[in-house]
Amino acid sequence: MTTPTKERDATSLGAKTTLPTDLFIQVKEGEEAVELSYQEAIREALREEMVRDPSVFLLGEDIAKHGGAFGVTRTLFDQFGPKRVRNTPISENTIAGAAVGAALVGMRPVAEIMFVDFSGLAMDQIANQAAKLRLMTGGQAKVPMVIRMPQGGGAGKSTAAQHSQSLEVWYAHIPGLKVVLPSTPYDAKGLMKSAIRDNNPVIFLEHKFLYSARQMVPCADYSLPLGKCDIKRAGSDVTVVASGYMVWHAMTAARALQAEGISVEVVDVRSISPLDEETIGQSVRKTGRAVLVAEACRSYGPTGEWTAVVVEQAFDYLRAPIVRVTGRNSPIPFADSIEDGVWPDCDDVTAAIRKVME
Amino acid sequence: MEISKATLLEMLRRMERIHEFENTAVDLFKRGQVKGAIHTCFGMEASHVGVCMALRQDDLIAGTHRSHGHNIAKGANPKYMFAEILGKETGYCKGRGGSMHIAAFDTGSLGALAVVGSGIPIAVGAGLGFQMREEDRVTVPFFGDGATNTGNFHEALNLASIWDLPVVFVLENNHYAVSTNVEYSVKIKDLSLRAQSYGMRSLHVDGFDPVCVYEAAQQAVEWARKGQGPTLLVTECYRIDGHYSGEPQVYRSREEVDEWRKFEPIPRFRTYLVNNGLASQAEVDAIHEEILVEMQEAVQFARESRQPDPSTALDYIYAD
Repeated sequence: MTTPTKERDATSLGAKTTLPTDLFIQVKEGEEAVELSYQEAIREALREEMVRDPSVFLLGEDIAKHGGAFGVTRTLFDQFGPKRVRNTPISENTIAGAAVGAALVGMRPVAEIMFVDFSGLAMDQIANQAAKLRLMTGGQAKVPMVIRMPQGGGAGKSTAAQHSQSLEVWYAHIPGLKVVLPSTPYDAKGLMKSAIRDNNPVIFLEHKFLYSARQMVPCADYSLPLGKCDIKRAGSDVTVVASGYMVWHAMTAARALQAEGISVEVVDVRSISPLDEETIGQSVRKTGRAVLVAEACRSYGPTGEWTAVVVEQAFDYLRAPIVRVTGRNSPIPFADSIEDGVWPDCDDVTAAIRKVME
Repeated sequence: MEISKATLLEMLRRMERIHEFENTAVDLFKRGQVKGAIHTCFGMEASHVGVCMALRQDDLIAGTHRSHGHNIAKGANPKYMFAEILGKETGYCKGRGGSMHIAAFDTGSLGALAVVGSGIPIAVGAGLGFQMREEDRVTVPFFGDGATNTGNFHEALNLASIWDLPVVFVLENNHYAVSTNVEYSVKIKDLSLRAQSYGMRSLHVDGFDPVCVYEAAQQAVEWARKGQGPTLLVTECYRIDGHYSGEPQVYRSREEVDEWRKFEPIPRFRTYLVNNGLASQAEVDAIHEEILVEMQEAVQFARESRQPDPSTALDYIYAD
């Protein structure tokens, strides 16, 4: 666990303004590709789907000329106009509710809630309406919609307690929703395409710190399956299960520890829900050790669920107790000196790996 | 505006169908055959029917926890509705929804959404879909006085107004949100005033009179269909039953309810039709008898149907 008084490590990922582009190589050898940021990858997925399918449209606060709080939809208004890139008043519940209604009549809305922290205002429409309409109507309803929500914080981009949370488990707990949290530009683009094409409500969480992360992304159309984990790095000694920005810490730690002869497998839970229990179980049965890393608060957070999966699927294979690396049970404080202590970083992941290897 | 005899008789038929459906549902409930609760719409039959008679089949409605009547007014078949409230596989929602969630997509009923106010933004979104596709269809969220105090109502009216969406917001003022009287929960007397703050036109009518509601709804629907934007249509009615069937109603007097019962829409409408020579007593009586038989057959169908197979408990959570 991190401590609130820890000093910033200038060499750790957390203090850098850019992320290493060579940490993830997901395009195939010889594949035509272009370097995109995570923000650009999401935008290009939206653009391509809007071109492909006239029922796809965007709605949200300040998403038109302004391009949204993080610029993701910038330029789309100029290309598609006010009919398909729709600025809304500050009405989170009705943004979500209007998306539900439009989806019910065959549109494919992509709604933006400016920060996941604001989504409490939209919770009834998401959790009680979008998620339940299919079952409540005995299969008459289909709700193909996406709600994009930036989440997470850290690394000097913090905006304190009401703009920095990681809330994937709020939504993962509701049957009927799918929840996605991509860690790379490649995944963001491919998962957004699947989210838009899916016939169910998909909560698409974007990690704010990753918007500037860059990576080679295929030029050709591709999509990635929802409900599957992705093995970002194969290894044999220890499995690190992580999602979102935490995958970068896991990958950085794995690369550093390779020099010490520790072989780390990184399982990216890029689809939070439905959870691909099989891939997690398989990996831990192979390595016999598990480190679980999530930015969200520790109590009842993602790592609790992943722990249960490891225990159910690989208990007899464990050679060491599971170690969890998580955010602290605290609202996010503002000042760097205390904020840094709330989130896990690369050093925490490295320490956890060493611990299970003892 | 001249309203044809066929239309008037169809209004009566649907009002009777709603009323007798509710009577039958209460009877089933009292005998312990319906689990959960039944929220009846006695006193609101004319409002439901007046609005839905002004809609086309492909126009959509969104209801509430109290929407047996909305569904019937829009054309739902009591057979599949009874099956639904008895939790049968033959129900509109295959027994997954129950009394509070009857949806009949084939009649244009998007569903009964039982969190107060929640259907309003959804109907707005459906209207947005129609507008974007340039279809001349209209959506109607039904809701009560209680819902006008939720954020749903205010956000959704504002959005529909700024986008000129084809939505007719039907506020059926039945005077009660569970135990809370509208005079306590709202400072203004005339709920249609709320439209003004959204730059929206409003109509305010006697909700016990189906003709009055029908004419107002036709006007509002025409505006919406022609792209002239949304309307708030307020129908004044009364919730004659408790919040749910069997609810003790300690918050109001029997005298108050009896006073309002004088306005009950069906007896009034029957008298109106006969006294004005629009229908004979025999025609009016025949409709009543026809509906009673229909209800018996519908209940029998529902009773004879099976509950969903336990192996299907996890069906319909996700669409393919």
